[in-house]
Amino acid sequence: MSYTIEGGTGAWEVVIGLEVHAQVTSLAKLFSGAATEFGAEPNAQVSFIDAGFPGMLPVINRECVAQAVRTGLGLNAQVNLWSRFDRKNYFYADLPQGYQISQYQFPIIGKGEIEIELADGTRKAIGITRLHLEQDAGKSLHDQHPTKSYIDLNRSGVALMEIVSEPDLRSPEEAGAYLTKLRQILRYLGTCDGNMEQGSLRADVNVSVRKPGEGFRTRCEVKNVNSIRFVMQAVEAEARRQVELWEAGEVVEQETRLFDTTRGVTRSMRSKEDAHDYRYFPDPDLPPLVLDAAWVEELKAALPELPDARRARYVQDFGLTPYDAHVLTLEKETAAFYEAVARGRDPKMAANWITGDFFAGLNRTGASIGNSPISAADLGALLDLISDSTLSGKLAKEVLEVMFETGKAPGVIVEERGLKQVTDTGAIEAVIDEVMAKNADKVAEYRSGKEKLFGFFVGQTMKAMQGKGNPALVNDLLKKKLG
Amino acid sequence: MTAPTDFTIAGARAALDARRISAVELTRAHLDAVEQLNPRLNAYITITPEVALAQAAAADAAIARGEAGPLSGIPLAIKDLFCTAGIRTTAASRILGDFVPPYESTVTTKLLQDGAVFLGKANLDEFAMGSSNLSSAFGGVENPWKRAGAPETVLVPGGSSGGSAAAVAARLALGATATDTGGSIRQPAAFCGVTGIKPTYGRCSRYGIIAYASSLDQAGPVARTVEDCAILLRSMSGFDPKDSTSANRAVPDFAAAVARGVKGLRIGIPREYRVEGLSPEIDALWQQGMDWLKAEGAELVEISLPHTRHALATYYIVAPAEASSNLARYDGVRFGLREDGKDLKDLYERSRAAGFGAEVKRRILVGTYVLSAGYYDAYYVKAQQVRALIKRDFDQAWEKVDAILTPATPTAAFGRDETQDDPVAMYLNDVFTITANLAGIPGMALPAGLDAQGLPLGLQILGRPFDEETLFAIGGAIERAADFKATPAVRAAA
Repeated sequence: MSYTIEGGTGAWEVVIGLEVHAQVTSLAKLFSGAATEFGAEPNAQVSFIDAGFPGMLPVINRECVAQAVRTGLGLNAQVNLWSRFDRKNYFYADLPQGYQISQYQFPIIGKGEIEIELADGTRKAIGITRLHLEQDAGKSLHDQHPTKSYIDLNRSGVALMEIVSEPDLRSPEEAGAYLTKLRQILRYLGTCDGNMEQGSLRADVNVSVRKPGEGFRTRCEVKNVNSIRFVMQAVEAEARRQVELWEAGEVVEQETRLFDTTRGVTRSMRSKEDAHDYRYFPDPDLPPLVLDAAWVEELKAALPELPDARRARYVQDFGLTPYDAHVLTLEKETAAFYEAVARGRDPKMAANWITGDFFAGLNRTGASIGNSPISAADLGALLDLISDSTLSGKLAKEVLEVMFETGKAPGVIVEERGLKQVTDTGAIEAVIDEVMAKNADKVAEYRSGKEKLFGFFVGQTMKAMQGKGNPALVNDLLKKKLG
Repeated sequence: MTAPTDFTIAGARAALDARRISAVELTRAHLDAVEQLNPRLNAYITITPEVALAQAAAADAAIARGEAGPLSGIPLAIKDLFCTAGIRTTAASRILGDFVPPYESTVTTKLLQDGAVFLGKANLDEFAMGSSNLSSAFGGVENPWKRAGAPETVLVPGGSSGGSAAAVAARLALGATATDTGGSIRQPAAFCGVTGIKPTYGRCSRYGIIAYASSLDQAGPVARTVEDCAILLRSMSGFDPKDSTSANRAVPDFAAAVARGVKGLRIGIPREYRVEGLSPEIDALWQQGMDWLKAEGAELVEISLPHTRHALATYYIVAPAEASSNLARYDGVRFGLREDGKDLKDLYERSRAAGFGAEVKRRILVGTYVLSAGYYDAYYVKAQQVRALIKRDFDQAWEKVDAILTPATPTAAFGRDETQDDPVAMYLNDVFTITANLAGIPGMALPAGLDAQGLPLGLQILGRPFDEETLFAIGGAIERAADFKATPAVRAAA
């Protein structure tokens, strides 16, 4: 059932397109050698080029170009071997050159497509219109002084990829799924760290509404939304606002809006009349960017495995359920962790433990895969202790809890706490004999047909063994002795 | 014995190497001349005697060690558009205030590496926009030449590199750096009776040169002989990874080409260059130039460059468009002049209103207009198309000829008070030179004679991209034939 907003005049469909700004992972800026690390002292990472000093000239950073190409390939998109940088002219205090170097008419990456997956399992292809490289601006700080503004140029000149989607998204959920998938691909590729809190990834959300079957109506752009949740909220809030306007007989004006995250509404930033005339023209300081087809092929050959391919492999080669494969491939780090645990072991067993008790433990301790107190090697060792019957599943769960608390290796914990499972049939038989002697009446009941009592005997035996009896052996021997 | 200020660069090199003069003596002689004449000529905005003498002493030491570079001890004027580390750089504009760059331009770095001595920063039209040097915020430059019988009439030196050309003509430097966006080396060289070459676009790095119009700007030398220009250009040229438009090509020994001769060269004479308003004396000089080259064994070929008539209009769209963007960084925020305002926009408006002169404002306005939504296609895009046609004219010409001979300017230097109020009339000064910038090809101007009033007149040679050597060969031949010995009225005491 497709998503609609119910209005007084019927159902409204929502049309969404996203422009995502992704900071390129690179050591240096797009056109200068200055560093790009997050969190440096203000103005500590600024070259004379970034500060727009007289006579300074931009020189393209090859690695940033490679990252854009890798991203294009990861988005199944056309790599344009000829592209061009243009100047986008406007005045602002944190834009030192008085223009942003961007790609307007001829972007480095053309049309592509990615597939999103929704909660109900449906899959949908979303078109990518283009990806282009551009410089970030600096940051204005208006809250440091009562009458003055401060400028931090650390971000000035940092390479961004603007990734524009087709207006193919039809619901807040789809917009969220698209951004999630895009972020996942970028992180797999290593071309953007996807860190939305630090501003490495932010989205401009284009929203319009229409009656089913209509052409597009006027859209509004909600600028600079910095979390997936806010994107979904902004879509909903903006769509409802537009529906109300249309239904009240008013007109939606094309404008740029901001999402107020505390009030959950969008508000106007500037109207179409106030829009800048950016006076784009080709940057005469930079010749056209011409890529060698062989170089693009090299980058393609060296591309890491992407989420879709990895998920398919987990289903096909490891026999995982599509759901487990999806969960394990969401984050590159999780997939790497899983593969390290599964290597040389039963892949399904590894998947069950990771998606089950291990994730639960991470959640409980507030940790993530990146700072997990348990290494993949230790989790693997725990699975080995199950496979060689040293631990029962139940004991293994206990050991895992101790691992979360102490960070110790499972072998050490088993030794320290004497948790080793008992597999000595003689020892088990002795315990069983004791249990049967103590409960002669129950033995008689069982033998007269009350088979339900079997569980009672298992429980008593395990209890007497402090849970260390091998469950399979306990079962077998009990059956034999009870007759 | 030659007065130190009358040396050619080649002659000074020989005298320095033979220890007939020291670099410090040569530099002092020039500093004395500057001190004496600059208050009148205003060829320098900033004079740096201490720096110059220290560089000269270092040059003497290098010569003594037998480690002299090609320019060791050669005193030069540096157009104040080149950023010089630790030395105020103004672009002849108020907007830069007392800006002292913490970095050195690539061209001046190369000159320093070759041992050159920098006397100071030469005056120019503000941001290199002009043909008279009258747009300088530091006042105009006086052309050291005088009309016969009119010593009181102040003539302009041309522009924008008017300070460079006047300094070299008046013996206030042995040579100078300059830049050329539409004729800014060649027109002042012609007005001041000296030689200048704008090399192929990309030959000299633009790193550290304050930008006017990036796709047209190119550095080059001004000197008193063709050979001296060749020596300077060799030091100034070369690939620079810091300039993405710099050409990765070997730099030839340009000076070796000066004596090569013109035998067998085909010289194109473009019929479209017989423009209206061309002075009959310049027309005659042009003919004289053809005769000289023919006599030396060159073949003259009439050619057509049909799109030349659109060159001025094209230039005055492309150059202001780029300038309007290049000059956006002068906003009063990070360096240079700031006029505080009630908010950011007010600060911009006040700073830029106070900092830029009338001609710069005019070009920023024109440039902003031609890039604006609704006008971009009609102006900027159309101009780029015409520019491509102008370049194609030349590409076709190179199938028939090896170089092209034209006048350098339509007139001799004009009086400071004779400049028209009409800026468009002023733009006509660049009618012969502007096509070389639009096509990116090299062009040289050199003095070839005097007009009836005793003012120098120049010829221009245009060549194939990266074939400056042919220009030097032809320039050398014209120089020998013209045997131009006249000197300006105002110059350092011989």
